[in-house]
Amino acid sequence: MKNLMQSFAVLFGKDPVKAQQSEMTKKTIAEHQRKTEIRDKELSLHIKAERKKKFDSPQKWRRKRWISIIVVNLLFVLSYRLDLQLVEGALTASRFVGFHMADLNSALQITLAFKQVLINLVIGVVTVFIVWWLLGGRTFCSWICPYHILSEWAELIHLRLSPKFSWIRHHDFDRRARFILWLVFAVLAYVTGYTVYETISPTGILSRALIYGPSVAALWVLALLVFEVFYSRRFWCRYACPIGLTYGLVGATAPLKINHDLRKCYNDGACRKVCLVPHVLHSTKKGAAVKLNTELGADCTRCGRCIDVCPTGALSFKFKVGK
Amino acid sequence: MSKTTRRNFLRTMIAASGLVAVSLLGYIPIVKGWVKRLRPPGALLEKDFLASCIKCVQCVQVCPVEAIKISDIDEGFGVGVPYIEPRLQACDFSCDGLQCVLACPTGALTHHINYPHQARMATAVLARPDKCLAMHGEGFKGLARGADFEGTLRYDEIDRWNPLPVAEHEYDLEICDLCVRQCPIEIRIAQCDAGNPPAGDPNQCPPEHAIQLVPTGDGKFTPEIMAGCVGCGVCEMICPTEPGVIVMDESGRGVMA
Repeated sequence: MKNLMQSFAVLFGKDPVKAQQSEMTKKTIAEHQRKTEIRDKELSLHIKAERKKKFDSPQKWRRKRWISIIVVNLLFVLSYRLDLQLVEGALTASRFVGFHMADLNSALQITLAFKQVLINLVIGVVTVFIVWWLLGGRTFCSWICPYHILSEWAELIHLRLSPKFSWIRHHDFDRRARFILWLVFAVLAYVTGYTVYETISPTGILSRALIYGPSVAALWVLALLVFEVFYSRRFWCRYACPIGLTYGLVGATAPLKINHDLRKCYNDGACRKVCLVPHVLHSTKKGAAVKLNTELGADCTRCGRCIDVCPTGALSFKFKVGK
Repeated sequence: MSKTTRRNFLRTMIAASGLVAVSLLGYIPIVKGWVKRLRPPGALLEKDFLASCIKCVQCVQVCPVEAIKISDIDEGFGVGVPYIEPRLQACDFSCDGLQCVLACPTGALTHHINYPHQARMATAVLARPDKCLAMHGEGFKGLARGADFEGTLRYDEIDRWNPLPVAEHEYDLEICDLCVRQCPIEIRIAQCDAGNPPAGDPNQCPPEHAIQLVPTGDGKFTPEIMAGCVGCGVCEMICPTEPGVIVMDESGRGVMA
């Protein structure tokens, strides 16, 4: 329960707190102790050796994920263009072979703006809720959302440009902004009676633009991407997107998680460098893990980048129901 | 607070208020009343319609005549919602079953209507009566909207199932009555009178006329819009004068309770 509360707090923007030794099990303390006894040179040799041994491609999950985003969005496009009738609609709401699906955040916005509970929407919401609870909530972000892949490409451009030009630097923002924005947009929907957030939602705008052809609205998405390239990488997904927070809440208790195994972890830090939400990888810091096995928090998008890059195989997908 | 934290905080405040401000720009076209669109059949009154539309555009996908389009960011909060531009492609109810209404996941297109004659998308208005051929006692021969016109209509007598291009259909009329002749409501009334209601369903029979030509003497006629008009826009689309005589007045939209 305490873990869950912490997971929510971090999701809402709180920085992870370093645990006291008194909270740790004996085995964990012993494991931390073992790590401090390995000397620097020995450690780097060990990590190097492990990296060499590692069979998996450092792009394995990323590649799968990109395929997933492209295939899912392509299915929407082809369902319309070729009249396949597989997934009709857009990411805000659709029918998957006839079953109603409704994006949870869009449905929330509409319910607040319209002030009525719409039965069809309830069906779509329940379906989507169950699916994304099982799959891990923010899994939607990194495996479905078309903005995610563009933002990832923008990040690659940023990383390529920033060593060459001193004025292209990454700027951090306060992570609490996302929760504030989520609240503000919920209040705005209720007060104005319009789905205000949808006006700037890159997910909705992109999804519709992909399916029905280019729109002027897509320029807004382009502006966000430019901002991310030059000023703050992954800005939207990290600090702003209310959809991400909604799905984060849904997936807080999801059975699909990424597991951090302290015994295999040498605090190399490679995972935190590539992670969209590095605060969920707090346990990978030196002496921070409370248990031998730590499940990453609710903000984790299950993108698998950390699994890809971890030289010692300390991170892995895990599907577990219950405690 | 350290200097970095303070900067970080300030930057965040600016970005967050910026995002909210940008999203609220969408209010302007609404408040100013710039957006006057014909919405698909069953659309709730504009305010409720915009509140309840989830912008999934499933209605666009099912329309057999592709009458439904999606609005862009210039319509503010109305971005991503469906509309119809009747002069280019009206809703001719080719689908009979109100496919867009059935497709709508939220009821922004109300599920309370089942038949075309129950819709009240707008009311037709004689905007330029001086141009009307019938009012001058004139006929019409040829293609209603020229060879390049891309709009389609269902011509029941030719093909019951597939809408055909208007540009492939020549007319030869002693008195131009295209607005009455092509009116989906009038077509249904005629079919019902002949004992042949659409899909064999008597519920499809409209209870009231929508438009008729009323003789005014000297072989001249006036198109009269009647209580059964649903505002589908077919008369606006088919009118052969340039610009057309009839337009849809979307302020006449009503909803079935």
